[in-house]
Amino acid sequence: MTQSDNYEAAASSADATVAEFEDHRRGVVGRVQHTLHQTPSLVPLIVLIFSIALFGILLGSRFFSPFALTLILQQVQIVGVLAAAQTLIILTAGIDLSVGAIAVLCTVVMGKASFQYGIPPAVSVAIGLTVGTALGAISGWLVSRMKLPPFIVTLGMWQIVLAANYLYSANETIRSQDIEAEASFLQFLGTKIQLGGATFTLGVLGMIALFIGLAYALRSTAWGRHVYAVGDDPEAAELSGVDVHKTYMSVYMAAGFICALAGWVMIGRFGSISPSATTGVIGNIQSITAVVIGGISLFGGRGSIAGALFGALIVGVFELGLRMAGADPQWTFMLIGMLIIAAVAVDQWIRKVAA
Amino acid sequence: MTEPILKARNLVKRYGKVTALDHADFDLMPGEILAVIGDNGAGKSSMIKAVSGAIAPDEGQVWLDGREVNFRSPIEARQHGIETVYQQLAMSPALSIADNMFMGRELRKPGIMGKVFRQLDKPAMQKFAREKLSELGLATIQNINQAVESLSGGQRQGVAVARAAAFGSKVVILDEPTAALGVKESRKVLELILDVRSRGIPIILISHNMPHVFEVADRIHVHRLGKRLCVIDPKDHSMADAVAYMTGAAVPEMAA
Repeated sequence: MTQSDNYEAAASSADATVAEFEDHRRGVVGRVQHTLHQTPSLVPLIVLIFSIALFGILLGSRFFSPFALTLILQQVQIVGVLAAAQTLIILTAGIDLSVGAIAVLCTVVMGKASFQYGIPPAVSVAIGLTVGTALGAISGWLVSRMKLPPFIVTLGMWQIVLAANYLYSANETIRSQDIEAEASFLQFLGTKIQLGGATFTLGVLGMIALFIGLAYALRSTAWGRHVYAVGDDPEAAELSGVDVHKTYMSVYMAAGFICALAGWVMIGRFGSISPSATTGVIGNIQSITAVVIGGISLFGGRGSIAGALFGALIVGVFELGLRMAGADPQWTFMLIGMLIIAAVAVDQWIRKVAA
Repeated sequence: MTEPILKARNLVKRYGKVTALDHADFDLMPGEILAVIGDNGAGKSSMIKAVSGAIAPDEGQVWLDGREVNFRSPIEARQHGIETVYQQLAMSPALSIADNMFMGRELRKPGIMGKVFRQLDKPAMQKFAREKLSELGLATIQNINQAVESLSGGQRQGVAVARAAAFGSKVVILDEPTAALGVKESRKVLELILDVRSRGIPIILISHNMPHVFEVADRIHVHRLGKRLCVIDPKDHSMADAVAYMTGAAVPEMAA
């Protein structure tokens, strides 16, 4: 090697350690930022506890009672389950606008199967869950194989499913009494369990079990790691040996299944089956709101599913708290709007740890 | 004469009217560092992709360890012990070092937790990752659970090389491993490469950096116009010779 080529010799006298990892941020702010980066669901949890405390102080025992607090759980159970589905999709850097519509269609499918075709209610529920999973599979295939943007796929799916729901049901509601008399299993998740002043429904317990199960799957199984890797950078995941197509398909199918589950929860909650339930129209936005407030990044690959539950509960606390305080419901929407923007701002701030 | 561990003959790959590989040959000997150099568009990436399963050649054959192979995907090549470190590194920035090292081949807990609940054996994966990083002198990385995005470019490259070295039982392919790195970080990666060779694993090094190539390579495969022009010994040739062959300014007298 000639001397002119040996330019690296100049560096040989330099410190031999190469790019050691050191935490330069020793300040309190830096440490908080770092902790939040490690545990992103901490922010919504703090906000949740803070808002419960705030309304508890303002409204006293009227709000801070087992009855009111478990009422919040009942009120958020549908959005909570939808938010679980939404989280899976958003973790893969997608978005699902069809979650609410799928849930409503599945309630109709379950009702139709029981009442029009005389299928046993338990089988009807299974059919509903299958339909939800199949709809998820279609979206997943379009996203994964056809490479269409999830926003477009689910925007279309939302309209298609909602229209199919109205056409199929002829917009007829199945009354609560009829379901109770002839197919009470459809309302199974509405079964109430009293514990002192607290009222839990099986739907609420199911929602909590769902979150625990998904949190485990996302954190402690290879599938969960793959979901994060695909959301982070699908090409990198593919090159490291992840079956990206299989991951997308499993995520969209699981989301579809969970949406159908939300449909079953809806029948338990409302008693009746109504094709024009508002969930079909605003369920998507409600679930995205919960996910975003829960600190899950819309860019994919970051956030923990517990955050989505906290996000849904925060919305529920504000809704009930402000209603009890006698405030105009518009205040709720205004506060939630602010929370959404604040949550995304915090997400951006936390991400700076990476830089 | 020893048999090549990875051998290719008459590889042809056409993209429409463009011929990327024109009856190219390739030999990698056991335990060597083989550098592959060539001008942009000479087809060196296509050739490497053809032997590592990323593309399927239109014609030609590939042998690994004397047996003919036909990889349909990089994953298949990986299962046969060929590991590739891509230029874009193929890491998930938000996940930890251990997660990244085991991406796509995670270890599960023994017993019912692993079989039924499919629980990952995180302690075992972390232990393994730490061992591999220490072996390659990357002990400066303190926390195996830190996200890859919090590492410097050189450290990321180090993790990628460590991953390849840990799992690549037969061949490790490095595509431009020093292209995006500073002088000191490049040095570290070159040391890693020599370290991997000292474990007896042969390495294919694709690089444009002549000083790096001449420093570590045992043999240099010069690729030109879609085929192997010659293989030279860096001890007998200068960098100027290599550049001349590669660009067509000179014609090699004979293959080394």
